[in-house]
Amino acid sequence: MGERILKLMMDILSQPAVLIALISLVGLIIQKKPTSEIVKGTTKTFLGFLVISAGAGIITQSLDPFGKMFQHAFNVTGVVPNNEAIVAVALNEFGSTTAFIMFFGMIANILIARFTRLKYIFLTGHHTLYMACMLAVILVVSGLKGIPLIIIGSLALGLIMAVFPAICQPIMRKITGNNNVGFGHFSSLGYVASGLIGKLVGKGSRSTEEINFPKGLGFLRDSSVTISLTMVVLYVIIALFAGPSYVEQELSNGSHYLVFSIIQGVTFAAGVFIILSGVRLVLAEIVPAFKGISTKLVPNSKPALDCPIVFPYAPNAVLIGFFSSFAGGIVGMVILALTGSVIILPGVVPHFFTGATAGVFGNATGGVRGATVGSFVNGLLITFLPVFLMPVLGDLGFVSTTFSDADFAVSGIVLGNVAKSFGATGVTITVVGLVLLAVVFGFFKKNKDSNNSQKLGV
Amino acid sequence: MKILAICGTGLGSSFMLEMNVQQILSELGISGIEVDHCDLSSATPDSADLFIAAKDIATGMGHLGEVIVIDSIIDMDGLRAKLQEVLQQKGLL
Repeated sequence: MGERILKLMMDILSQPAVLIALISLVGLIIQKKPTSEIVKGTTKTFLGFLVISAGAGIITQSLDPFGKMFQHAFNVTGVVPNNEAIVAVALNEFGSTTAFIMFFGMIANILIARFTRLKYIFLTGHHTLYMACMLAVILVVSGLKGIPLIIIGSLALGLIMAVFPAICQPIMRKITGNNNVGFGHFSSLGYVASGLIGKLVGKGSRSTEEINFPKGLGFLRDSSVTISLTMVVLYVIIALFAGPSYVEQELSNGSHYLVFSIIQGVTFAAGVFIILSGVRLVLAEIVPAFKGISTKLVPNSKPALDCPIVFPYAPNAVLIGFFSSFAGGIVGMVILALTGSVIILPGVVPHFFTGATAGVFGNATGGVRGATVGSFVNGLLITFLPVFLMPVLGDLGFVSTTFSDADFAVSGIVLGNVAKSFGATGVTITVVGLVLLAVVFGFFKKNKDSNNSQKLGV
Repeated sequence: MKILAICGTGLGSSFMLEMNVQQILSELGISGIEVDHCDLSSATPDSADLFIAAKDIATGMGHLGEVIVIDSIIDMDGLRAKLQEVLQQKGLL
């Protein structure tokens, strides 16, 4: 009898969909929502997680022939970085760990914002989910298990959610002209690099907003259209190199190789579309609860928001940034083709969102020149970083897609390599050490501040 | 009545916008309005009575019907003013 109950408990905890539904149930009860909303919200979260797994199936089905064709044509591995794709695939194996790390990581974020000087609450929920997933993979590969795995993962996530917005804030203040909102999008290192480069090269360069620029690339914002078009182009080019005989005999069951490629390209976009709807359902209850609880517990915190919040401040820099970053991606790809064993293909979506943001950051510090050079470097960064991330992702390093944004790569590379050299203990010491550092640093700063205010007689 | 907040991928910005709209509606003491968010591709004219987006994406929304365009999703005052105006026109305020 007791054994059956234990089995029931274990099975519930190992089912990520059930787990994430429970998390949302708890959140809704804490907020004292009416029963109808509790039932609705919990069910939607449950549904959302299963929708993501369905999307993962479609993505894998489309990426598998892509990887084979690329291998056949060029004798190297070709990778299309896409967060949604890699996360959906990873959740099949690491779903429960991800759900636990995400839940306790958000609590860690609130605690860190409360007790250190890193007063940022990271509200870009989908990036929280993706980062939790990346950490789950890295830490499991490093050998951590059970409760230590969840604790270390959550501390790392909480710290990452507060540190990266803090790094962006000096330039963010410059862009928005106030200090009320933070910036929460996990490619911060690319943006800050762009801002710093802008400072170096941008002396005397005028702002991007002083030039008259043609509009009309608005359709690039429509992500499903953009993904469909780019994947079709990539697929068709690679099919042409792989040749009709290989594709038709090995992959397409005899149907015309170009037709097959076009269908597969759009299938990838269909998979991402489904995953996005799933992610939206999963986050629908969790993010408002997180926002509500954090504003209550840390009243002086700043919300860190998704990257498009900076786009209206410099629409021309958005366009320049995208093109320049994409150019960086192409240059990076050529360099990899000449030297490496893996080729990272430039995805339009990551280059659009991170390139555009890097453009706005570069423009804030260095005008047109800053925006152009800064986002070009961002393009190079998000092309080269995945090459170093993939080896530490274990089996997931071989699925023809990977994380696309800089902070995922850098956090993963750092933790993954610490794990490789010093094992699970090394990772534990690193994460706990960094959290303590943040707390201690905040404590001293606080003392200094109060000393200062005493001196001023405030 | 249903209000739909829109952004490029329908994940981050539009979600913040939805939460801001909900906060304003409750400040104004209006209930019974459904607020949701989604991406540009999924939005169809019949999916809501009123659409809201920041100006950087508004050019792609011409087909949707009644659209409130705001300067920036973090500009609560601008959003409140525009929302109040539309709700007054509709006789809900």
